[in-house]
Amino acid sequence: MIFSNWIRSLDVYALTWRLPVIIWQVLFFLAPLIFMIAMSFFLVKNYRMVEAFELVNWMKIFSKGYFWNSYGLSLGLAALATFTASCIAFPASYCLAFKLSETARRWAIFFLIIPFFTSYLVRTFSWYVLMAESGVVNNIIGHLGIGPIKMLNTMFATNIGYLTLTLPLVIILQTLSMASIDKNLIEAAHNLGAGRVRAIVSVIIPAARIGLIIGALFCFILSFGDFVSPYYLGGSNPPTLPILIIDTTKSGQQWPRAAVIATVMMVTLMLVALSAIKIAYKKR
Amino acid sequence: MLNDKSIVWLLRIYLLLVFVFIFMPIVTSVVFSFNSDRFPSLPLGHFTWNWYDKVYNDPETWDAIRTSIIVALSASLLATIIGFCTAYTDFRYNFRFKNAYLALALLPPTIPLIILALAMLAWFSKLGISGQIWALIIAHTVLGAPFAMAIIRLRLQQMDKDLESAAWNLGASEWATMRYVIIPFALPSIISALCLTMAVSFDEFAIAWFVSGLNKSIPVVILEILQGNVDPQINAIGSFVFATTMTLVVIAQLFLFTKKPTTIK
Repeated sequence: MIFSNWIRSLDVYALTWRLPVIIWQVLFFLAPLIFMIAMSFFLVKNYRMVEAFELVNWMKIFSKGYFWNSYGLSLGLAALATFTASCIAFPASYCLAFKLSETARRWAIFFLIIPFFTSYLVRTFSWYVLMAESGVVNNIIGHLGIGPIKMLNTMFATNIGYLTLTLPLVIILQTLSMASIDKNLIEAAHNLGAGRVRAIVSVIIPAARIGLIIGALFCFILSFGDFVSPYYLGGSNPPTLPILIIDTTKSGQQWPRAAVIATVMMVTLMLVALSAIKIAYKKR
Repeated sequence: MLNDKSIVWLLRIYLLLVFVFIFMPIVTSVVFSFNSDRFPSLPLGHFTWNWYDKVYNDPETWDAIRTSIIVALSASLLATIIGFCTAYTDFRYNFRFKNAYLALALLPPTIPLIILALAMLAWFSKLGISGQIWALIIAHTVLGAPFAMAIIRLRLQQMDKDLESAAWNLGASEWATMRYVIIPFALPSIISALCLTMAVSFDEFAIAWFVSGLNKSIPVVILEILQGNVDPQINAIGSFVFATTMTLVVIAQLFLFTKKPTTIK
């Protein structure tokens, strides 16, 4: 019998270790995402979802001006966060990679991991308190005779929130990629008469390119998908796409339309990720 | 031109400022959790346990802590088991579609939580488990497994591949080798994976908010307080959560960075 031969040829031991992740991820990771995409074609009748295949949700969302505003805003804010995080992180990572001892670097990275495990919500609340009209920051600059400055409900506040979320990760990725550069390469550049800036631009940045781009990519993904900062610090006026998803899901009972927005976000991120990876690994 | 030494010092001061920025909200939260003013600002009011008292005496907090602990324990156990299986598969085997296999295993952290939250809410509703504690455990297992896999994989990397073959040559079955050679070797990383996935689950709020229904975990309670007015209770809960997750992370790192691989008896 072919079937029993097939059974006998199975390596039970190998499959025991191989199958769990496949089964789990297909059932609880892939299936939900695929179901969500399918759901974007469902209908809502009398507040109940009906399985169907109609384009009506897509047309509704795409015809709304506020959707395009939110889309543009989300892209712009995420791009701004990516740019500022990369720029702020670079000198810090440079210092960590080249100007500190091995031990100091390891401690610094340990401290950079800590924020991941502190509640992002609580940190956002702290920034809310710090940046409020009568908050700590205005209090301090008030003594210097400046202010009060309105910080909450501005893009500045949103960006601070995004940086809180992403900066440690960007520094870690940049540092790791720079620390692995062959020091002789930099030495050689100096010997050939390159100054510090020249060495950074034409040796360090190209050599650490992959880490720099992957760091920027993660920053973009995290900021694009975050709803906490634009809502609590940025004032949600206008809302970003993640806030739109929450509003549509929680108050409107319009799950299919929320699915449309989420699918658009996913496709956008995929395109961004693919182009970033292409740039990172392109042969020079 | 600035000379080398002063540039190095400028860079170090800059680095320090960046760290101040990163740790400012954490320190602020802890400081204000002991501060008496209703709206936290400067100058500080007097020292108080008031906010901790309030949180301590609120039954909702205890329900949330119970939920969070049940979810974190179950999800970390499941995620670590799945992560171990995947890490071992990657360590030992080569097969067709291995890249697709690894992509499937490692992809979840790259999908924004809000998208996963909506997708899981819809899927769990269809399966009829939305709002149950199971939904939360399953979701956090999906999130934690890639981290567990990465940590355990790093540890297996340090293992000599011949160790396994040596055990087989001495007559041990594959299962016995797993039990007496590989698992003991990977044990430190297994413990650290357990701690880290627990910490991930303890902090996650987006999916929890969507799928947990009435089984609110601590971050969901924080999110709901946040939607109200400024309430320093958040600082008290936050400091408590911080202390808990920090303990887990420190334990995890202690096990992860044990210098030499332990000798196998």
